[in-house]
Amino acid sequence: MAKPKRNMSPEKVEMPSQDPKVRARNFKEVAEGYTEEMAREEAQRCLQCKHKPCMEGCPVNVQIPDFINLINEGDYIAANQKILETNVLPAVCGRVCPQESQCEQRCVRGVKGEPVAIGRLERFVADYFREHSEPKPHGYEKNGHKVAVIGSGPAGLSCAGDLTRMGYEVTIFESLPEGGGVLVYGIPEFRLPNDIVKNEINQLKLDGVDLETNTIVGRSVTIDELMDDFGFEAIFVGSGAGLPVFLGIPGENSVGVYSANEYLTRSNLMRAYDDRYDTPIRHSKKVAVIGGGNVAMDSARTALRIGADEVYIIYRRSFEEMPARTEEVHHAQEEGVIFKNLTNPVEILQDEKGEVVGIRCVQMELGEPDASGRRRPIPVEGSEFDIELDTVVVAVGTNPNPLIKSTTEGLDVTEWGGIITDEAGTTSREGVFAGGDAVTGAATVISAAGAGKVAAAAIDEYIKNKNA
Amino acid sequence: MYKIVKKERLNDNVTRMSIEAPLVANKGKAGQFIIFRVDEFGERVPLTIAGTDKEAGTVDIIFQTVGKATRMLQHKEEGEEILDFVGPLGKPSELAGHKRACVVGGGVGTAIAYPSAVELHEQGAEVDVIVGFRNKDIVILEDDFKAVSDNLYMMTDDGSYGEHGFVTKKLEDLLEAGETYDVVVAIGPVPMMKAVVDLTRPKGIHTLVSLNPIMVDGTGMCGGCRVSIAGETKFACVDGPEFDGFDVDFDDLTRRNRAYLDEEKEKDHACRMQMAADLAKAAEAAETAE
Repeated sequence: MAKPKRNMSPEKVEMPSQDPKVRARNFKEVAEGYTEEMAREEAQRCLQCKHKPCMEGCPVNVQIPDFINLINEGDYIAANQKILETNVLPAVCGRVCPQESQCEQRCVRGVKGEPVAIGRLERFVADYFREHSEPKPHGYEKNGHKVAVIGSGPAGLSCAGDLTRMGYEVTIFESLPEGGGVLVYGIPEFRLPNDIVKNEINQLKLDGVDLETNTIVGRSVTIDELMDDFGFEAIFVGSGAGLPVFLGIPGENSVGVYSANEYLTRSNLMRAYDDRYDTPIRHSKKVAVIGGGNVAMDSARTALRIGADEVYIIYRRSFEEMPARTEEVHHAQEEGVIFKNLTNPVEILQDEKGEVVGIRCVQMELGEPDASGRRRPIPVEGSEFDIELDTVVVAVGTNPNPLIKSTTEGLDVTEWGGIITDEAGTTSREGVFAGGDAVTGAATVISAAGAGKVAAAAIDEYIKNKNA
Repeated sequence: MYKIVKKERLNDNVTRMSIEAPLVANKGKAGQFIIFRVDEFGERVPLTIAGTDKEAGTVDIIFQTVGKATRMLQHKEEGEEILDFVGPLGKPSELAGHKRACVVGGGVGTAIAYPSAVELHEQGAEVDVIVGFRNKDIVILEDDFKAVSDNLYMMTDDGSYGEHGFVTKKLEDLLEAGETYDVVVAIGPVPMMKAVVDLTRPKGIHTLVSLNPIMVDGTGMCGGCRVSIAGETKFACVDGPEFDGFDVDFDDLTRRNRAYLDEEKEKDHACRMQMAADLAKAAEAAETAE
């Protein structure tokens, strides 16, 4: 291979983004993507290290230096194919992965400056591929064995991708009318457009994956029926953690209080922000989002785009302790979201019609460290204050939905409903494997995708052994 | 896509359809519901399963035209398809073990109460049915109910058909005349269910109601359908839709159901205007063609 020009700049090539004040009122992508020139320039920052520390940080084993080298050679199509060898969701990962704690955290360039912008490069090649090539089936040879995947979120898609490559006939059962799971109902259009997810799923369909939407495992059909009546030899449960958690404070059932799941589902999946779609969403002017994670940031930034004038994040711990990705917090700040840290809601105030008119909060202060070592937030006596609002979005977490557990005998779960598995994704039911949020509780897209791959390998071994 | 295999207008406002959905037909039980969407732009709307035909793989729904989604559904013809039809959702009704039951239905709630009456009858219970309508023009399912009840009381608010009076008055009269029931199943507008509970609570008669909050997904992931039951928050789509009537906070449900009233009126109005315009255009075209 030709020796590429080395770019020794300590800074990443900047990602063109919409102006914050403009983008806070539209649903178009915030980050607009690298041009070819930008991608080439950034790719040359990669030293092509022999020991590939970046790959150690990738839960789905993307062949990072190799795909970047293909960018150097100008073959972006091949670069995407290289990624697809191990990761079926490059356009998704390039956009939503927390690279700063994964591949980029280990990049050698990051020692003295900024790491190589691996995520931005992954996105570039995935987008280039989508825009410049006609998707084709890979033509994987079928081995005649059937596997059912439950849930078409990142865990299910990733598992299906690997199984299909290994020759299995895969059917994905999805309760919603569209594939993608949290990728389409949870992550907003301005971070991950649904059309992009549809496109990545399309490749799986071309490779023979059957996606049965509007089918609820546990209601329309059970796991036992899938195995006994439908001939599936193994099942992967990737049903996610879609059960919303509420605070349990007075006034939480007032009109105008949403779980983040409902708020985001109305906006993202049902496109309530678009007048052509009938699903309504509250025309909020003053919104408070309770929580400090990525979902809270998504909700707050969605509220701005729906048309709110004032949007608050109310979080009981300090700014630095918020679990959301720094990039998302930064974007939210730029867009004008008001952060109320060390603040805890105690009551949602309503009028005589039962509609939200405000929220009562207390100030918090950091006390003694708790068992985890973090200083525990404790309320400051007499510090109650009210904020005038018309909408509250509760984004304090989600748990696994109990439907699969309650309809599958012998499937062990934790007290909060997570399916119990070993490191390979094996559950207490023979032939049933699980991974992603359904096991871990709410986590990241990429860790779910990683779990899908691990389970696919375990399923492959299980079926081979059964038939040996 | 889900095909409309049969369509029957029960009256001006109420339609019965059979939809081809084999998985739902196979598992659907009394008390459960489906969620439909006519097309990509439509809302997701819950409708109770009125009946299933496992062999034909079809599910019956009976619905009243109350807004844009049901209006668009009503306009579909046999052979046409709708985009989404998912279920069966919710917990099946708990009707086992009752010997004497009274099923009370109001308006289109009678359609929702119908499968419960069928199930009770098939279990061998003695079933009294009281159904009420505003006037004779909107009476539905009389023959269907006759077939599954021991006593059928048809009521109209204005006396134009059957007996004059509210369903609650009839229930009150029956109870006062010494009738006893193991269970009362009351399904209809919220004020009706509330009125029935006000009657049965002092007498301690077990009463089941079916709640109709606004829903989005129907599988427990959004909490939009949350209702207050014995002071606790429950999701109607997974814990219900049937609940013990004595525990329900009906006022809370009434308030929450008003969340999108303005948008709903606006959208339905626009839909009706559009449909009227389309009809007028079609009529004109037909005339010019002649």
